[in-house]
Amino acid sequence: MNVLSDNFAMFREGFVGTVELTALSALLALVLGTLVAAFRVSPVPALRVFGTVWVTLLRNTPLVLLFLAVTLGLPALGLKGWDSFWLAVMALGCYTSAFICEAIRSGINTVPVGQAEAARSLGMTFNQTLGQIVLPQAARTAIPPIGSLMIALAKNTAIASGFNVTELGSVQKTLNAASGYDIYVIFAWIALCYIIITFTISGLFRLLENRLAVAR
Amino acid sequence: MSGSVLYDVPGPRARARNRVYGVVSTVAIVGLLAFVVYRLDDTGQFQAGLWDDYEYADTQQRIVDGLLTTLKTFAIAAVLSLLLGTVLATARLSDHKPVRWAATVAVEFFRAMPLLIMIFLLYAAVFTSDPMWALVIGLTLYNGSVQAEIFRSGINAVPKGQSEAAYAIGLRKTQVMTNVLVPQAVRSMLPSIISQLVVTLKDTSLGFIILYEELLFVGKAFAQQTPPVNGVYAFIPMVIVFGSIYILLCLALSSVATWVERRTKRSRKGSPPPMPATSATVMTDAAHGAAGVDPGASGAGTPDNQ
Repeated sequence: MNVLSDNFAMFREGFVGTVELTALSALLALVLGTLVAAFRVSPVPALRVFGTVWVTLLRNTPLVLLFLAVTLGLPALGLKGWDSFWLAVMALGCYTSAFICEAIRSGINTVPVGQAEAARSLGMTFNQTLGQIVLPQAARTAIPPIGSLMIALAKNTAIASGFNVTELGSVQKTLNAASGYDIYVIFAWIALCYIIITFTISGLFRLLENRLAVAR
Repeated sequence: MSGSVLYDVPGPRARARNRVYGVVSTVAIVGLLAFVVYRLDDTGQFQAGLWDDYEYADTQQRIVDGLLTTLKTFAIAAVLSLLLGTVLATARLSDHKPVRWAATVAVEFFRAMPLLIMIFLLYAAVFTSDPMWALVIGLTLYNGSVQAEIFRSGINAVPKGQSEAAYAIGLRKTQVMTNVLVPQAVRSMLPSIISQLVVTLKDTSLGFIILYEELLFVGKAFAQQTPPVNGVYAFIPMVIVFGSIYILLCLALSSVATWVERRTKRSRKGSPPPMPATSATVMTDAAHGAAGVDPGASGAGTPDNQ
């Protein structure tokens, strides 16, 4: 008997779960990461400190611990109605945002100094300089590292299987427990699913990179 | 004076404005923290009954045991992954095409697989009764492959003239490697190696999911045993206590990486290698990198005394 055809609905559900989890946490991570990167270069010291603490703490927290903190902590803070999927999105998004922030910040560092200087000499404020001049150029250099962060995020979604989210990892766990299938075959199919997802992400980012490429 | 080029040196009005923003954001952040603490207190997380247990020597012994298990797993996985990394990197730098090819396939495959999926496989198929080895071998395969890439890029980043000169004076390939390239490469790649070790340390917590008795699992078991006080379970105190231990461990190891990075920067002869994380090929994975991975960013806040 074939694992895939016997359990196709399960595989499909797991695949969709992983994709959704990846996409939504990626969105959250990009928004949060950009915001925190802006904090880290802003003229307001309090925001800079906040950004630094955010990045340092999250980069040094094991993701499993963050999952525990979010799944146990947020309900205690009064977010009762959230199901485990959205809590997983929160945990993955916050975790990845710290890495995205660093990617964007090193992108900002590669923008030639003259660009920001020219913007300032035109009388642009910090928000205008950052938002209209520096960030769009920083995005270009930040895209390849962000691509590999997204792939890592897709791989990290497997951890959600330990916290009652249906995705590929939990499919593997369930099928491993159900006797009768070859464990290596299950693994091969799950691996194939992940490779499809990571290839798609890397393809998308290569496309994006070519679109935004500019001769400098 | 801050060296940022993104904004002018603030004049009196800008300073006043920044001060206002500063105060507002501080109030907002402190307010948020206060709200969190208030809510936790309101839901009864700070009741003495939930925290009493941490005073007992017995409990502390269990925490230490969990910590030692985590450290033991980390130590074995770190040593094995460095060994595997060396082997794989040597194979990838080999002169023989089949060896190179096999090593490349292995490295790319293990880097592309989610670690947890590997661990599930090992736990279900090979080490059914021994979660520790499932965890250790999983960590070794993944981190070993990543270390191999770090080693390889480190070796490749040593200026070409070095190996050419070594070959020119008649050294064999092994001698060129061990006497010339590796000593120079190790210096420049040490920060990345240590950052990857931080990742290894962080990932030992995956043992939690396969019910291996490492630090986090001890914490959870412990919180489940503590009888609820006024209907509140001891999970949040557990997360606070065990979370702090984890974060302190990782911070300590990351700060070693930053320290080494600053030291190598101060007295360098060769330039540090460019990080391999820049191309968006499927397998690249800068991802988990902890502090000090990206040379551009991490040095920005610290004074450079070169």
